[in-house]
Amino acid sequence: MEEFEPKIIAFLCNWCSYAGADLAGTSRIQYAPNVRVIRVMCSGRVDPTFVIKALRAGADGVLIGGCHFGDCHYMEGNYKTARRVALLKKMLGQLGIEEERVWLEWISAAEGSHFAQVINDITAKVKELGPFARQNNS
Amino acid sequence: MVKLKLALYWAATCGGCDVAVLDTNEKILDIVNIADIVFWPIAMDFKRHHVEAMEDKSIDVCLFNGAVRNSELEDIAKLLRAKSKTMVAFGSCACFGGIPSLANLTNRREIFERAYVEAPSNVNPERVFPKTKTKVSEGELELPEFYDTVLALGQVVPVEYFVPGCPPPVDLILKVVDALATNQLPPPGATIAAEKTLCDECPRKKEEKRITKIYRPHEIIPDPERCLLEQGIICMGPATRGGCGARCIEANMPCRGCFGPPTGVYDQGAKMLSALASIYDVKDEKEIARMVEEVLDPAGTFYRFGMSTSLLQRKRM
Repeated sequence: MEEFEPKIIAFLCNWCSYAGADLAGTSRIQYAPNVRVIRVMCSGRVDPTFVIKALRAGADGVLIGGCHFGDCHYMEGNYKTARRVALLKKMLGQLGIEEERVWLEWISAAEGSHFAQVINDITAKVKELGPFARQNNS
Repeated sequence: MVKLKLALYWAATCGGCDVAVLDTNEKILDIVNIADIVFWPIAMDFKRHHVEAMEDKSIDVCLFNGAVRNSELEDIAKLLRAKSKTMVAFGSCACFGGIPSLANLTNRREIFERAYVEAPSNVNPERVFPKTKTKVSEGELELPEFYDTVLALGQVVPVEYFVPGCPPPVDLILKVVDALATNQLPPPGATIAAEKTLCDECPRKKEEKRITKIYRPHEIIPDPERCLLEQGIICMGPATRGGCGARCIEANMPCRGCFGPPTGVYDQGAKMLSALASIYDVKDEKEIARMVEEVLDPAGTFYRFGMSTSLLQRKRM
């Protein structure tokens, strides 16, 4: 059987994390090819619905990348994200979804290598967890 | 005028929706003026075989309340669908799964284990569980199959209209009856309630939404004038469809979300979670952890009436 290759959806904020991913690319840093990037203006734009919908639509893991605390282009967006993701993880836990399927990372525009590292880490972790195939118990 | 033929049925439900129909008081006479009731198990002596004997599409309107949680309910939903021109999901259970759909946080095995073994009133050392078929000397006995996942009516058969509420308020029921009588129903697929959120019609004073502590309703006596969410009580208003007349709010109790998500929202729970986390004004990680602790049961609170139609529908097990 072929090795399971997880699909990771990454919501990256325009101002920090997306630029960080860009830097990883221009610096030619190698990282796992499992990630599909969706650029959003701010990590605060990531509605918890997006995370749940990504999982429903076939993603095995979701990464939300935002600016470090204090760096948000819109002042407070990333604080809201931090609170939403914390609460979302608790709720997903009740719904039988492992905590490590949803990641929140602060990645600045200068942290290309950190971005590559995060992608490698989440890919390895989600590979360990296996596919998020919805079991149909009905 | 030829009278309409009306059927009412209850599936996985508490019976409150049927009582709500009776709560129309003397207006029930108006209903009987325009409609002949041909099936209503809670109030009238018609049996299933009477429905089976009817011609297809001979019932004009079926008000179906309750969720679908076993094979018998699925069968009768399909039977009534075949016999009815218009199917109405009546009440939150039929619309979204309702309170019974909280059982989607567990499954049949766990429910049976609790109900027939663990519950303190049980004595069941032989672990006898209900079976769909049991042989006895007189022959074979049958029980409906209990499903792992509670379904909303619309997940079993096509539904024309949705009338939410736990139970639907009387004025909404009368609105439906009136629309039926005058043949002025909206296009199929419509939810008969408001389009916007409850907050949109809430009479309370709204100032700045910033909280630093969540109170459960019994822990605080709320100011009856001011937005409950601003006072730290989880009120589902921002993620719930309006049109209920803010009955709970008028009684100084928070909205629990029985009208389901407003138009354009896919997932009521995710939206409410998002709204609550947004207004909880803390930045420190420890305080964020405290917020997470204060929301004791996020899934049960945010999806209280709608596990079945939520994006994830049930717990992964």
